[in-house]
Amino acid sequence: MIALETVAPVIEWQSLSPVLIVLGGACLGVIWEGVLPRRLRNPFQIVTLLAAIIGALTMLTLNFLHASLATDAATSVDPKVGLLAVGTLCSDGPSMAAWFALLVFGGLALLIFGDRQLNQGASAFASAAATTPGSDEEQLADTIGREHTEVYALGLFSLAGMMVFVAANDLITMFIALEVMSLPLYLLAAIARRKRLLSQEAALKYFLLGAFASAFFLFGAALIYGYSGSFQWAGIDSAISGGSTSGVAVVTFGDGILITGVALLAVGLLFKMGAVPFQSWVPDVYTGSPTPVTGWMAVGVKIAAILGMMRVFYVALGGIRWTWQPVIAVVAVLTMVVGVIMALAQTNIKRLLAYSAVSHAGFILTAVVGTQFYVGAGQLNAIGSVMFYLIGYGFATIAGFAIIMMVRRGSAEAWDLDDWAGIGVKNPVVGVLFAIVLLSFAGIPLTAGFIGKWAVFTSAWTGGYWWLAVVGIAFSLVAAYLYLKVLIKMFFAPPAEGVRVAKASPFVWIPVIISTIATLILGLLPGPVMQWLSTLEIFIR
Amino acid sequence: MNPTLLAVVTLAAVLFCIGLVGVLIRRNALIIFMCVELMLNAANLLFVAFAWAHGGLDGQVAAFFVMVVAAAEVVVGLSIIVAVYRARRTTSVDVPDALRL
Repeated sequence: MIALETVAPVIEWQSLSPVLIVLGGACLGVIWEGVLPRRLRNPFQIVTLLAAIIGALTMLTLNFLHASLATDAATSVDPKVGLLAVGTLCSDGPSMAAWFALLVFGGLALLIFGDRQLNQGASAFASAAATTPGSDEEQLADTIGREHTEVYALGLFSLAGMMVFVAANDLITMFIALEVMSLPLYLLAAIARRKRLLSQEAALKYFLLGAFASAFFLFGAALIYGYSGSFQWAGIDSAISGGSTSGVAVVTFGDGILITGVALLAVGLLFKMGAVPFQSWVPDVYTGSPTPVTGWMAVGVKIAAILGMMRVFYVALGGIRWTWQPVIAVVAVLTMVVGVIMALAQTNIKRLLAYSAVSHAGFILTAVVGTQFYVGAGQLNAIGSVMFYLIGYGFATIAGFAIIMMVRRGSAEAWDLDDWAGIGVKNPVVGVLFAIVLLSFAGIPLTAGFIGKWAVFTSAWTGGYWWLAVVGIAFSLVAAYLYLKVLIKMFFAPPAEGVRVAKASPFVWIPVIISTIATLILGLLPGPVMQWLSTLEIFIR
Repeated sequence: MNPTLLAVVTLAAVLFCIGLVGVLIRRNALIIFMCVELMLNAANLLFVAFAWAHGGLDGQVAAFFVMVVAAAEVVVGLSIIVAVYRARRTTSVDVPDALRL
């Protein structure tokens, strides 16, 4: 008889604490919903949200500083680089940088959920999502002032999913994180206060297509597991570069299962980042979702999906780089072309920004394809440049969607582009802030968008994909025309009747101001952030 | 060459394709959702088959994780489908068409 010995797993509590704090805050939010009277829930939820974000950021900073100090103390191993929780998560430069970015963006974007002023004392979410739109129950729920305060907890759950996703070290952790990040967003998409039918439709589309894409991801993961016999990146990599020929699955099926698996896995990841040909959900879901949720998912999901994809494709699948690079290059071109051309045709500001998000995924993919790893000290390689781009894109996107919340016709948000005519004259402050957002999206110098585009195109060019960088620059110019068109309409067209900039609470203003200032600072003084990212741009294996 | 593994993997691939085709051609949200679940189960079969082929346990553990995730997905998915059904009295995915180009 074999004696069963169970070895207790070693869990690095301190290194994991940022994720655990966010998850703890989310669970606390669920508890508040169960035990507190209605009037107390909202303040408790907001305090919990802020405490979780600040706590997680503090612990992350401590870990980061501690790690750096320990390196200085002549230890040969950098302790911030290592596997956590029995090899399921990677703690390395990119995951630390991504955690910082996700926590900051999460804090800013989820704070916007707290606004009560733009909807005359109500939140941006349905008073009771279970009621049928237009029914007496809905009216009653509106009248007595019911509201859903679970939204903060759902936001924190999705944030935790994203944090695990970018740091995942095996396929199953990645799949679980994908679902933990997506499921709360499906629900958040469904519960807009206004235009509820649109919101429910968006959630239905997001859910069905998202579940479809997850199934692709999972089947691909199973095939890769079959080929390599391992879920972990290192195991997959050694099976690929060792030319795994002995495994029973490989003997039966050959290399075909690896290629098929990679293709299916890529479908799941490209869907989440909204790359063509898997972009069809993006405009509908971005438009139909409550605008604060759109801002959060546009930033968070994109950061998670792109960095997660880079980790899989660089660390686990780097050995067959020559096979996937041309395919992703074609996807990048299609994404830029379709994103920019479709954005030109839009008359709805939310759809316009949605297609613009698609095109940004294409610009970022150029650097992903470039796979430029080795650069001089203090310069950005593919991973660093993508992170810089995502940080700049994140700030601009949060500010952009928050400003869309403020511009209103009657009491509803004015999405029609014609309604935005003359907004810059009616309210110069909001006009200038939105102009900064648009200029950053367009990649005009002195904004974060310019430095980000410069970094990713340089990375693609030096990585050997110079033609992709050229296509990227060409379509950035076309895209610049698009944003300038909106800008000119905002400042020089005759003002639209009946549209105003509504008074917003600090819950909206603080994120908008911080984000636009950060956009400018990253454009004017990118040095320190670039320097910082250049120390954090190596994936561990 | 392992005929049993070949048979099981072929079955998994066939199930996956049935689910895939179902998602693409059926118009009822519930049927589409069931087809997605079929695809997840095909992946589960694959995990278990490969775990057996490799002589490890991690593939079997993966199947358990997938089952839990699928259950969570059902909760979220059905709630959205029911909400749409109550508002529109249909589960067809063609009827909600307010979001178009």
